[in-house]
Amino acid sequence: MRYMLLIYGPEMAPSDAAPMPDMEPWNAYTQWMIDTGIYRAGDPLAPSTDATTVRVQDGRRLTTDGPFAETKEVLGGYYIVDCPDLDAALEAAARCPGAAYGSIEVRPLLDMDMPDVGSGRVAG
Amino acid sequence: MRLGSESRLADDRLRLVFTCCHPALAMDARVALTLRTLGGLTTPEIARAFLVPEATLAQRLVRAKKKIREAGIPYRVPPDALLPERLDGVLAVLYLVFNEGYSATGGDVLVRRELCVEAIRLARLVAELMPEQPECSGLLALLLLQDSRRDARVGPDGSLVLLEAQDRNRWDRAEVAEGLALVDAALSAAVRRGTRSGPYVLQAAIAAGHARAPRTEDTDWPAIARLYDALVVEVPTPVVELNRAVAVAMADGPGAGLALVEVLGAEGALDGYHLFHATRADLLRRLGRRADAARAYERALSLATNRAERAFLARRLAETRADG
Repeated sequence: MRYMLLIYGPEMAPSDAAPMPDMEPWNAYTQWMIDTGIYRAGDPLAPSTDATTVRVQDGRRLTTDGPFAETKEVLGGYYIVDCPDLDAALEAAARCPGAAYGSIEVRPLLDMDMPDVGSGRVAG
Repeated sequence: MRLGSESRLADDRLRLVFTCCHPALAMDARVALTLRTLGGLTTPEIARAFLVPEATLAQRLVRAKKKIREAGIPYRVPPDALLPERLDGVLAVLYLVFNEGYSATGGDVLVRRELCVEAIRLARLVAELMPEQPECSGLLALLLLQDSRRDARVGPDGSLVLLEAQDRNRWDRAEVAEGLALVDAALSAAVRRGTRSGPYVLQAAIAAGHARAPRTEDTDWPAIARLYDALVVEVPTPVVELNRAVAVAMADGPGAGLALVEVLGAEGALDGYHLFHATRADLLRRLGRRADAARAYERALSLATNRAERAFLARRLAETRADG
């Protein structure tokens, strides 16, 4: 079963203002996922100031600046893992370096046969 | 040795307990699911016991089953590394079911009784399935010892009767005997293994201390105070500290208890809790500090909401003032 680990934590400072965070534990964590065979995908996200939110109300598109919810913790990145069950996904999430100072939301992915990048249908 | 099919049935039930009490489910869903799938209660009965509309409860069950399926909540006993945390979750669900039935907060009396019976039945099941886990028999013992007082704790007018004022002849002897045997076994197992007892075993041992005393004045308070010393290490909360102070006051005198209470008061966490001020008032009264006691009773009275408790505090306040 595929699960998305959504990594919530304090907002990252804009990239030019702060030194890069220590990537070592993240690289080790990603490598652990690859080694155990559960890794499917993962990426850090740009700061939430770069986010734009779109919703459609009564047929009209509303585009607003920033993330959907204004909270102290923001979505900072994600992994997609393939685990036999929720306990295994929770175990993987608990090892994430971000779990030590933020929180990791674990959500199952719905199997909907999404097109693959590289299949030509999207990337064309 | 267990027979193969019997053992498989037992394993199936245990797996079901852990699935129903999985921490990925909301607490109310865990309770409903446990009672519905493992207990003998119907959906309308559970709805009545928890004072929610039947449709709400039915939907809660549907959502919980959907989440088990779609989030991949496993149907198995968790591995050893996860077991302590997950077992705590199972025992917490059973204790909550029992307390819902035991605490007199209204609702259908017969259905509330059913909750206590179900909680004890399920605690017995878990204790039998996991004999190597002392906290399971600790919970069963705690439930039996609390339940043994059910008839003695309610007065003719429906008011609560405090432990020290209960007619001990009305305690359920069979439940007391079983609870005491379980506590003794759990405590001696801990001594044999050289391990510390957990919160359920310790709370059961405290209840056993009361159950063993034929009369209130026979209570071995020093032994109970020592159990609270151990409990406060396992469960370091202000409420447990307060109960420990009460036991110390009974064992070593009101002055020793008051010293602990004043430390708690300086921390301030219990300032809005009426029983903190009622306890402090009682200790001051016993030390002859009537003016201080009256002020503490007034504070307790301003915070208490339960009618029986308010009547009790008002009576004590009047007595304290009259004595001065």
